[in-house]
Amino acid sequence: MLSNQEVAEELLGKFGDQVFDFEEPYGFLTLSTTREEIISMLEFLNQHKTYQINFLTDITGVHYPDNEGKEFAVVYHLHSFIHNFRIRIKVFISEADIHIPTATGLYASANWMERETYDFYGILFDGHPNLVRILNIEEMDYFPMRKEYALEDATREDKIDALFGR
Amino acid sequence: MADIELLPHNVPSQSELPELIEELTTLNLGPTHPATHGIFQNILQMDGEKIVSGEQTIGYIHRAFEKIAERRPFYQITTLTDRMNYCSSPINNFGWHMTMEKFLQIQVPKRAQYIRVIMMELARISDHLICNSILGVDSGAFSGFLYVMQKREDIYEIYEEVCGARLTTNMGRIGGMERDLSSTALRKIREFIKTFPPVLREFEKLMSRNRIFMDRVINVGPISLERALSYGFTGPNLRAAGLDYDVRVMEPYSSYEDFDFSIPVGQSGDTFDRYNVRMEEMWQSLKIVEQALENLPEGPYYADTPEYYLPPKKEVYNNMEALIYHFKIVMGEIDAPIGEVYHAVEGGNGELGFYLISDGGRAPYRLHFRRPSFIYYQAFPEMCKGSTLSDAILTMSSLNVIAGELDA
Repeated sequence: MLSNQEVAEELLGKFGDQVFDFEEPYGFLTLSTTREEIISMLEFLNQHKTYQINFLTDITGVHYPDNEGKEFAVVYHLHSFIHNFRIRIKVFISEADIHIPTATGLYASANWMERETYDFYGILFDGHPNLVRILNIEEMDYFPMRKEYALEDATREDKIDALFGR
Repeated sequence: MADIELLPHNVPSQSELPELIEELTTLNLGPTHPATHGIFQNILQMDGEKIVSGEQTIGYIHRAFEKIAERRPFYQITTLTDRMNYCSSPINNFGWHMTMEKFLQIQVPKRAQYIRVIMMELARISDHLICNSILGVDSGAFSGFLYVMQKREDIYEIYEEVCGARLTTNMGRIGGMERDLSSTALRKIREFIKTFPPVLREFEKLMSRNRIFMDRVINVGPISLERALSYGFTGPNLRAAGLDYDVRVMEPYSSYEDFDFSIPVGQSGDTFDRYNVRMEEMWQSLKIVEQALENLPEGPYYADTPEYYLPPKKEVYNNMEALIYHFKIVMGEIDAPIGEVYHAVEGGNGELGFYLISDGGRAPYRLHFRRPSFIYYQAFPEMCKGSTLSDAILTMSSLNVIAGELDA
């Protein structure tokens, strides 16, 4: 059984101060790295003799508009079937320079996951073979999952009487 | 007998022949092709009858669930999940409830867990039943499909008895089940356990060792384990390629550790293996349902989580606190804690994951669905490369790509 501590220390030893923000929400090892290191980190975990964290569960994006300089996060979920160990790696990037290298060279599944992330957040995956929209129409000129495109307020803090037919 | 006069044939010499132009044919398969079982398009490049390459267009029924979820109180997100894999909606529903329960650290009573297991396994049976019988239809055997449809109907009647709906079930609540299993539901489940095996056996007799069917599906659309893993396969499709990864066993949820069942695996990852894995999984699911029903514990069917579980109506009208919580839940005025959680369940098609980030508000800050169909469907062009169109159709139907899950 692989422990979070063990993997975290191994990554610290390999990448030094390029890994930071260690967390364990609900026992799920979560850490952050930079976009310069992300691919080599994915590769390191993939090729690791004992860990074999070589299954890409998910790639997704998150938008934090108030987080200046780190407006977007790309979140990777990885899984090792051998040890039943999961790890979550986050990479924060800024809106001004919204680039991150692609993981398609390592995982074929990253192709559509990255296209989806691009489609909704406009995150550009450098080196991606076919970075076009996947779920939305091609003519769309905005990235709908960004926080500035709010849906109508369903939590209704504006309880206008008219809304209730009064 | 008259002499046959042979007409002089003017055979052109090699140099006189017009130059043969090799040309690929573009074939639009879909978006609404009856053989694709859902709205998605494949633009295939065909060399005669062989597929050279394919390009998929998806998103025809994209409904922006992840965006909608960011504006919904947590309990209202359930209805979004059952519109994803609508062939096994209870699994999606409970997957979401369990994500919330993990997030809020709610301990669900054993009885609710067992009821969930029963419903989830019935859902798995109905999911696989459709997939395998449709595979039969696509290879020219319609009768099996029509025959097992009756059993799916029985499962839907059980759903109706448990939650009132058939397809988009919205079953269960955060914290447990919305109501206990009624005596009618129990009777129907028992009846199903009794009447289903003969039907499935007969279906198996019709298909599994049928020479025509076997010739149609063996070595059709194979994928190696290595490629399957690289493409993020999970569920029956990965198991058909030879890896026994099953979330139910790897990370047991909802008391799956209490049940005795095995995980079938295939070898070659072709259509026949996928068919066989699904077939065996139905038997295993039935086994789990039997065990869960037999050992169904007594006790409450929902956890004591007044902030998320709607109180019974009787309480609401007679009890001040219940009334307050009822109001708060319905108006969506419950603030969730801050945190992030990932929870996965074994859906009909594989690992169905929910990645939830909460900023302490009344709706998720970000909710991402890891939809297995979406991830493995990208392997389809590679799997059908070099095969005929009719084999590609079989490959697609054996992958069990559900349009709702694909597009979310």
